[in-house]
Formats: sequence, C-alpha cells, structure tokens
Amino acid sequence: MLADKAALEEQVLEPSPGQLLLRRTFGHHGVTIGATVLLAIILMAVLAPVLAPHDPYHQDLTRRMIGPFWHAKHSAAHLLGTDNLGRDFLSRLIYGSRISLAIGFSAMLMSGIIGSLLGITAGYFGGRVDMAITFFITMRLSLPVILVALAVVALVGGSLTVVILVLGSLLWDRFAVVLRSATQQARNMDYVAAAQAAGCSTPRILFSEILPNVLNQLIVVATLEMAHAILLEAALSFLGLGVQPPLPSWGLMVAEGKTFMFFDPWLITMPGLALFMLVLAINLLGDGVRDVTAPENRN
Amino acid sequence: MLAYAVKRLLLALLVAIAVSVLSFMLLRISGDVATAIAGESATSADIEQVREMYGLNRPLIVQYGDWALGALRGDFGESFYFKTPVTSVIRTHIAVTVILGACGLGFALVLSIPLGVLAALRPNTWLDRLALTISVLGQALPTFWFALMMIIFFGVMLRWLPITGSSTWKHFVMPSVALGYYATPAIMRLTRTGMLDVMSSDYIRTARAKGLRTGAVLFKHALRNAIIPVVSLSAVQLGFMLGGSVVIETIFALHGLGFLAWESITRSDVAVVQAIVLILACFYIVLTLLADLLNAYLDPRIRVA
Repeated sequence: MLADKAALEEQVLEPSPGQLLLRRTFGHHGVTIGATVLLAIILMAVLAPVLAPHDPYHQDLTRRMIGPFWHAKHSAAHLLGTDNLGRDFLSRLIYGSRISLAIGFSAMLMSGIIGSLLGITAGYFGGRVDMAITFFITMRLSLPVILVALAVVALVGGSLTVVILVLGSLLWDRFAVVLRSATQQARNMDYVAAAQAAGCSTPRILFSEILPNVLNQLIVVATLEMAHAILLEAALSFLGLGVQPPLPSWGLMVAEGKTFMFFDPWLITMPGLALFMLVLAINLLGDGVRDVTAPENRN
Repeated sequence: MLAYAVKRLLLALLVAIAVSVLSFMLLRISGDVATAIAGESATSADIEQVREMYGLNRPLIVQYGDWALGALRGDFGESFYFKTPVTSVIRTHIAVTVILGACGLGFALVLSIPLGVLAALRPNTWLDRLALTISVLGQALPTFWFALMMIIFFGVMLRWLPITGSSTWKHFVMPSVALGYYATPAIMRLTRTGMLDVMSSDYIRTARAKGLRTGAVLFKHALRNAIIPVVSLSAVQLGFMLGGSVVIETIFALHGLGFLAWESITRSDVAVVQAIVLILACFYIVLTLLADLLNAYLDPRIRVA
C-alpha cells in the first residue's frame, strides 16, 4: 500500500517532456540573457514615442555636438548629447531600433519563406527537383551579396522597402541548405511512411508531418539570418546605399559620425554598441534554442 | 576520381554561366543604364544618343551574348567613367584585394585553428568557454564598426599603424584583422567538433595504445583528419571575404576591387560593376571547386557519392 503510494507520487512528479523543455529553456544562460535584451530592445522600439525625450528629426543648429553625460561639454536636456545637426542622440538611438528590427524581421520572414519552400521541396522530392534547387542554391551562394545589394539599391534608389526586398531575396540560402538536409532526414521516418500509407496528400504531409519536425532548425536559422540582415542593413546604410537620411538607422548614424570620430568618438561608439548588443542578443537566443531543443547534439 | 572531377567541373561551368546571366540581367532590369550614364540633367535626346552609342537599344539577349563573348576573351567593354577598357582598370586593382583576402584568411586560420584544437582538448574548461565567448562576441560585431574602432584605438590613440592606403605591409594589418575575424567563429567551431570526433575514434586510441607521444598523435593522426572539412570551409570563407571586402576597402581606402566596385556603383559605371560581380563570383566558384576536388582526393568516399 505504502509502496504503491510512493510509486504513484513518483509518477506524478515525473516531469513531462514539455516541462523539461521549459526547465532547460529557463536554465540556459544564453536564452535568458538573449531573450531579456531582445525583449528590452523590442519594447524600446514599440514605446519609442513615449521613451524618446525629443523628436529624433528636430534639428537645432544652436545646440550642435553637445557631448554625452560623461563628457565635459554636456547638457542636462540631452542625456547622450546631440549630433552635428543638433538632433538629440538618445532619441535617434531609440528610434533607430525600429529600423533595425523592422528590416531584420521582414527580410528574415521573406527569405525564410523562399528558403523553406525551396529546401523542403528539394529535400522531400529529391531526384531532379533536388538537383535543380541545389543548382539554384549554388548559384545564389556564388553571388557576392553585399556587392549585388549595393548595386541594386543604387540603381533602384535606397529606401526601407527596397532594402527589405533586396535583403529578403538574397538571404534565403542558409534556410534552403539547412531545411533541405533536415527534410531529407525527416522524410525517411516511419510517421511519414504512415501518412503516405494512410493516403494523405503531399501538401498535407509537407505541412503537418515534415514542417513541425524541421521547425527547430528553422527557428535557429531564422534568428541567425535576422542578425545577418540587421548587420547587412547597417553596412549598406553605412556605405550610403541603404536606408537614406534623415532616418535614424544605426549604420547611417555611424557613417554620419565618421567625419567627427577623431574628436568625438562617442558619435560612432554608441550606435555601433547598440547594433552589437542587438545582434549579440539575437545570436545568443538562436544558439540557445539550438542547445535547448536538441540536447543530444551538444558536445 | 577523373569521372568525379569532370562532373564537378561541368557543374562549376554551368553555375558560372548561370551567374553571369543572372548578374547581367539583375543590373539591367533594376534601373535604366542609359539614364544613369547620361546624368540627371540629360534630355531625352541625350539619353537616346547614349543608348545608340553603347548599343543599349538592342534586345537584352543580344546585349548579353555580346558581353559574355567579350568576357570569355577577357574583354569587359569600356568603363563609362574612365573611358578605358574595364580589364585594364580591374588589373590595377585586383592585387590589393587578393592580398587582403589571403591575409584575412591567414589571420582567421592562425587564430581559430589553435583555439579550436585547444577547446577540443580541454572541453568544458575555461579554455573551451573562452573560445566559445570569442566566437559568440565576434559574430555579433559589425565589421565596419570594428574597423573604425581599431582605427581610433591603434591608428589614432596608440599611433601604431597607418589608417589609410596600401603602400606597406603595415597598411594591411588592420584591414586583414577586420576582414578575417568574421570567419573565425565558424572555422573555430568546425575545428573543435572535428577534433572532438576524431579524438574519440578507434585509430586515435590505437595510436595512443602503441605508445606514440601525444604530439605525434595530435598532429600526425588527429589534426590531419579533423582538418579536412576545415579546408573546404576556408575556401568558402575566402570567397565570402573577397566579396565582402568592399566595406573594409572603403573604410581603409585600400584601392582594391571592392573599393573600385563601390566607387563605380556610386558613379553608375555599370560595365565595371558587372565585371567585378562576375569576377568575384568566379573566384568563389573556382575556390569551392578546388576545395571539393581536394576533399575527394583526400577522402575517396566522396568520389563515389
């Protein structure tokens, strides 16, 4: 009787796979740090109008180049100083998070859809379809991304939408490569054979059997590519062929501060640090998701 | 081996042709080249004249055929800006980019392979964690910002290194580090996993049981096998570096292909841009081809698959 009760309790206390996953997630430093920082930056972007002390576009030439609070030439009205056109630097930094997140997320979504469709199709059907798609992936990999993006943006004209479309149509390669091999593995599983035997249609097998089983890898690639897109946007804007002024893109802010970097280095250190932290947070989250969802792959 | 090599070579050729079509069309359909050359104040008659002059009024396929046939003979047409053949403009710029790419890869390998090996030999120690931290932080650093920070620190504050130009080897130190560090995380991780796999394999246990010294086991048996995938990754990374050199070359005013490409893009010199895109793509194609062939030579299992 007593033994039975103990056995029952043990059974009740045995955590479910879902609980184990949650436990691993919250116990993982990378995931907690990455998610917290990313969440803070997302909040900052959403609440930008409330948080920003000034209008990020308002120029005041009488208040140019005020230093940040640790600087000798600082002002209480501008915590992080002003830029060469007298715009409040903190407000521009806060609004800049919107641009990085919008471009990173949209480009990732677009390339994710293209890449997943190609990768899953190639992995599931194999044969000639796989050969054609692999060829397409190889072709894309041979193109120098930054150069092609710069050239197309220069010809079409830089804007937020153009940058999103250009990056979205260039960054799908890793999605396709990873999902192709993940699908090749999932395709040979018994549950896929069972679904085929049960007479499920191909789209149904792809969406309800294959997709859920490659989702982990999809999420990991999605975070890495979002970080990649954010870095590329910053580089394009830095070279003057991305988001156009007066938008407060962090890459553009570094470019604008470059002229003054020898005397007022904070003009470039701060937007660069902001970029670094955002990308680091996303990467930590992505690496963490990989560790947490596939503990058997850790070494 | 020969059959594999021929097959792989054919694939490379096909990819090169496809990429040349793609890059040509991409640059032609995303904007009107004639308007770009004629300038903003040009009248429609001027634009028409430019079209006539450069043969831009012909069908796209004819223009592509013309361009591709020329490219095969090493003739990429005339630069709209320099008024000289594109080939001679590129010839004066290509060496800097190749040196930069080689130094960048060299830096990446010198940093990442020892770190990867050490991390694998002492897994889950502070060394392993240090290597992991370096790779995580490195992957989040914006290249252009890292380059500017190095300029401020080593160029302006410490005055150790020159910040622009390409006249001495010192000019290549910061650009190579800025270009190469981005590849280190990937190479380091691959070296680490490769070494971990190899170190737990039977032939390493046999080598140890024979009483071989640790150094011999490590370098003659383990590293040689673990390094095979690193070779192909390095080729891919070198290709990416050559393509990504545009940012670094612009910051350090190194007059290589990337800098030339950026300048040509800003002054709408499409002929030069097209040639550089194709040349960089071909670099990548040749590098991956060589890596695959080397891999097939080192590991006979690949040839059969």
